Amino acid sequence: MAKITYHAHDKKTQTIDVQNGLTVMEGAIQNDIPGIDADCGGGMACATCHVYVKEEWLDKLPVKEDGEEDMLDMAFEPKSNSRLSCQLIVTDELDGLEVNIPSKQG
Amino acid sequence: MNKTDVLIIGAGPTGLFCAHQLGIIGLSCEIVDNLDKAGGQCIELYPDKPIYDIPAVPECTGEELTNNLLQQIKPFKIKFHLNERVEKLKKVDNRWHVKTSGGADFDVAAIIIAGGVGSFEPRKFPLKDCEKFEGNSLFYSIKDKSIFKNKTISIFGGGDSALDWAIELSNFSKVNLIHRRDGFSGAEASVEKVKELNDHGKLNLYTKFQMDSVIGDKHIELVKIKHDEGNIKEIKSDYVLGFFGLIMQLGPILDWGLNIDKKTVQVNTENFETNVQGIFAIGDICSYPGKLKLILSGFHEGALAARGCFKYAKPDEKLRFEFTTTSKAAQERLGIKK
Repeated sequence: MAKITYHAHDKKTQTIDVQNGLTVMEGAIQNDIPGIDADCGGGMACATCHVYVKEEWLDKLPVKEDGEEDMLDMAFEPKSNSRLSCQLIVTDELDGLEVNIPSKQG
Repeated sequence: MNKTDVLIIGAGPTGLFCAHQLGIIGLSCEIVDNLDKAGGQCIELYPDKPIYDIPAVPECTGEELTNNLLQQIKPFKIKFHLNERVEKLKKVDNRWHVKTSGGADFDVAAIIIAGGVGSFEPRKFPLKDCEKFEGNSLFYSIKDKSIFKNKTISIFGGGDSALDWAIELSNFSKVNLIHRRDGFSGAEASVEKVKELNDHGKLNLYTKFQMDSVIGDKHIELVKIKHDEGNIKEIKSDYVLGFFGLIMQLGPILDWGLNIDKKTVQVNTENFETNVQGIFAIGDICSYPGKLKLILSGFHEGALAARGCFKYAKPDEKLRFEFTTTSKAAQERLGIKK
């Protein structure tokens, strides 16, 4: 279990307990957090679960698999701290993770 | 005007199998899809990824599934209207009149929306200013490449479309290729070719740059691009092209008076009709208590929606329940000769 904090674009912030094994994307979808669309359902095929990860967390996250960076090329306003939240699998180590949700997904 | 019993919106697996179910019960249909080929997400998002949960098919790719479905509906000689998006809907007596973006007209008894997560549209530049140049000096696809002759073109993106067009247009235009990182998602051979053209001065490659602003009056004159480290470069450009893949959007369906909740259309589970009589929704686009976004659910929903259309298409006839193993009528429709 990890507490994940989602900062929406409209400055609303929600902190959710997300079960280990779920993804940061699933944590958002199950709790109706706006701004994460996840159109493809977690297949790393659409870039609509794009989030900006708080800098200090970047090194602690699972490394990008082949294809994630390719998909991020398609994301709305990608930055150096961009990740696809469907690729971030929650573990105890991610307790306290904070992500910012972009203003749009496409 | 294309007159048919049912219009299916979306040529993904759900729409394709639904066409089969309509064919079996003797209803005609035509299919509209905004992509240039059938298959929907299976073809556009994961043609090579294996799928393991199609009943009786232990493993197949999105492309194989699509090809098998197309094979299965072949006997019905269904007309496809690709590269078209449904736009306008009008009720005329007991029929629906539908117009598409390409100007095709349909006169149908019922409509089945099998639109997945929406129609695939090009992903656009985040900058608001880009909108005013769209269609005159900024494009997301190319229809007529001759307009670029001897002009300066700035292409954004790192996938196959961006690379292929950069290579192609460098033959007769001055090309700038701008991409947000050093790596590319396009084919290795194309990446090599682009680098070679860059080394020989036939193309200018800018990596780790993204668009900062577009400047111009009626036409684009200049684009400013910003490096990861913050410095800004100005590039004179007659045209700007953006290739960022496709995104799915519901589009005009939103204005059809359907009950929509979180990008999905609410339906009943008896025949998957929406709140509007004669309009059905199946597959990923429909929602009801217990909905599973699986291809197999889409098949089931399509079978029931097809039968739900029967009373609108043939109000004076009664639908008989039959099996394809024994029904003469169904076998005739399938073109089976005994």
